[in-house]
Amino acid sequence: MDTELLKVESGEDLTHNVQPLLHEIRHALVKLLDDGGNTVIDLRSLPLAPGEEQKLLDKLGQGEVYARLHALGPSEIVETRYPGVWVVVHFNYDNEVIGKFIEVCDMPRLLCSQQEDIRQGLEQLQTQLVWCNE
Amino acid sequence: MSKDETLGEALRRQGISRRGFLKFCAATASLMALPPGMVPAIAAALEKARRPSVIWLSFQECTGCTESLTRSHSPTVEGLIFDTISLDYHHTLQAASGTAAEAAREAAMEENYGKYILVVDGSIPLGNPGFSTIAGISNKNMLLDTAKGAAAIISVGTCAAYGGIPHAKPNPTGAVPVSELIKDKPIINIPGCPPIPVVITGVLAHFLTFGTIPELDELGRPMAFYGNSIHDRCYRRPFYDKGLFAETFDDEGAKKGWCLYKLGCKGPTTYNACATTKWNEGTSFPIEAGHPCLGCSQPDFWDGGGFYKALSMPTEDITRTAVYAVGAGAAAGVALGALNRAKKKRIEKAHEKVTINDLEKGD
Amino acid sequence: MSEAELLLWVRGPALQIATAIFLLGVVVRLAEILMLGRKKDLAEARGSAVAGGLRTIFSRFVPDRGTLQRSTFNVVAGYIFHIGFFVVLFLFTPHILLFQDVLNVSWPSLPTPMVDATTIVTIIALLAVLAHRLQNPVMRFLSGFQDYLVWLVTILPLVTGYLAFHRIGAVPPPTLIAIHILSVELLMVIFPFTKLMHAFTFFMARYYNGAISGYRGVNS
Repeated sequence: MDTELLKVESGEDLTHNVQPLLHEIRHALVKLLDDGGNTVIDLRSLPLAPGEEQKLLDKLGQGEVYARLHALGPSEIVETRYPGVWVVVHFNYDNEVIGKFIEVCDMPRLLCSQQEDIRQGLEQLQTQLVWCNE
Repeated sequence: MSKDETLGEALRRQGISRRGFLKFCAATASLMALPPGMVPAIAAALEKARRPSVIWLSFQECTGCTESLTRSHSPTVEGLIFDTISLDYHHTLQAASGTAAEAAREAAMEENYGKYILVVDGSIPLGNPGFSTIAGISNKNMLLDTAKGAAAIISVGTCAAYGGIPHAKPNPTGAVPVSELIKDKPIINIPGCPPIPVVITGVLAHFLTFGTIPELDELGRPMAFYGNSIHDRCYRRPFYDKGLFAETFDDEGAKKGWCLYKLGCKGPTTYNACATTKWNEGTSFPIEAGHPCLGCSQPDFWDGGGFYKALSMPTEDITRTAVYAVGAGAAAGVALGALNRAKKKRIEKAHEKVTINDLEKGD
Repeated sequence: MSEAELLLWVRGPALQIATAIFLLGVVVRLAEILMLGRKKDLAEARGSAVAGGLRTIFSRFVPDRGTLQRSTFNVVAGYIFHIGFFVVLFLFTPHILLFQDVLNVSWPSLPTPMVDATTIVTIIALLAVLAHRLQNPVMRFLSGFQDYLVWLVTILPLVTGYLAFHRIGAVPPPTLIAIHILSVELLMVIFPFTKLMHAFTFFMARYYNGAISGYRGVNS
């Protein structure tokens, strides 16, 4: 029996999902400039042909910001070559992808420090300072 | 983990930051196929969610559903959900057995009466209740007994939802789905052979988040995951529309990723999330791997006409019927034709010749 | 009956019944016609009956000039409908697969977009034919229940098939497919009892006419 692995190539651009998505991002950027409204696209909810997601991300490219989060496993937040267009990928502790989003905003909310965490950090710092004084 | 703790408190106690919690909510929203705009609402709801007690009963099943669920555990999301629920009874996963296990089940039922979630996988044999028993209790009795105090029932896998493979012709055990035995409790069907793991946890996450049953279709399946057919979300759809089909599993069409309709794909009549959510954390799904959809989340998919026979082909042997019909038709036709000829001859014979003399007489 | 059960029923038992009635009915009627026999022509043969018969089956595909001039609409619309129906039924991949399963023969298909367009043209031709039947006073006078019934069971598979393929409608797609198959089964069941039998008898009628003339050594 022939055990040669069969490689399936995506048909020559017969599944056109990349262009429409780029247009959606364009509309989102216009909205961001007009009224500051944010847009989030869940990449995992779209039926993309094999290779299309990579094509889309390649076209978006990488810009000035690369951030790596460590909360419940790593997350990568990258600003693409188009400012305002961010790619957010969440991984679990096993480095499996659990979420992939394109966010069109000033900055993904996850990058900001959260109020509860700040409060908790303040408590810890105060405790730390009390110990130092003793 | 205290049963009265909310999910938000439990996560904070585990040292998870608010940022981590938001990441969890974003992933959960994606898991539940909800739009990202709902993340704040989900965050607010999960903060206050309480741990439900879950009793999992396994009947006539292959354990594939449990295997699928536990194999692809993403410790961050699904694991958290499972840590959050109190899995008080599960044949495969629990350490206890025999009377100790049954005692644990009964205790959980009594303590959480009216509030626990009952998860069932596997069909229930009615042909002889003795075909499948646990600790000497028949599946039927255990189901009826345990369902009494359940808030809701989740039928995991096509066996529990629709009867599955035991229900296929000729159904030797008299297998029935949960919905045929329980009529007075809300039932959520999560079919699939097995179901996509994140769909199972997505439904549990829905319970945690909203405390309600998600919107169901006419076959009792959550619309969030079963609202679209594979065909309507398939990335190979443009090939179907253009009429470009793979003829065999290794021809040029197959290599180019053309539509698998001719190879028996049941995508057009199958509802599931395979084409978008996919399997193995979004890696791929059968069609993407080159194999036609089996239709495993539909009732009686085993009797749906063969996995490799196209959807437009009949499910039964029409050729034999056709041959018999032609044969019977020929016989009947010849018989009727002979009767017609006999009738014609009779009429000819009975024909009386009339002459002009006959007409003039008796005038 | 749930949508899933309906679809399984139309693809299984219903199709068995429809096929049985269709084939039984068609064969019985054809056998009866053949058993009627023909009056023997006692004159001496001046040509070949068989050759005349066979030739006429095909020569009659071309309409004769007089008919074409007098009833241009009927001829043209009729041809468009019949050719279109043939294309949609026999040159569409899923249909070819059905025949392949039942008859064990297969043949090449036409690209799906072409069949799709042909369906629309065929439906338009059928609508035009009905309009003509209703407007033309002679045709309206001559038309009876069976004429309209036969028109209905012919257009239903085309329309339901189009809707099912494009998944248009208020009901879920599997039900659209089930309705399409059901409409075909309706056509099959009605077929042997109506003038739809012309689909099988037309070549017999042409042969008879051709044979009679051919026997006498004339063109038909």
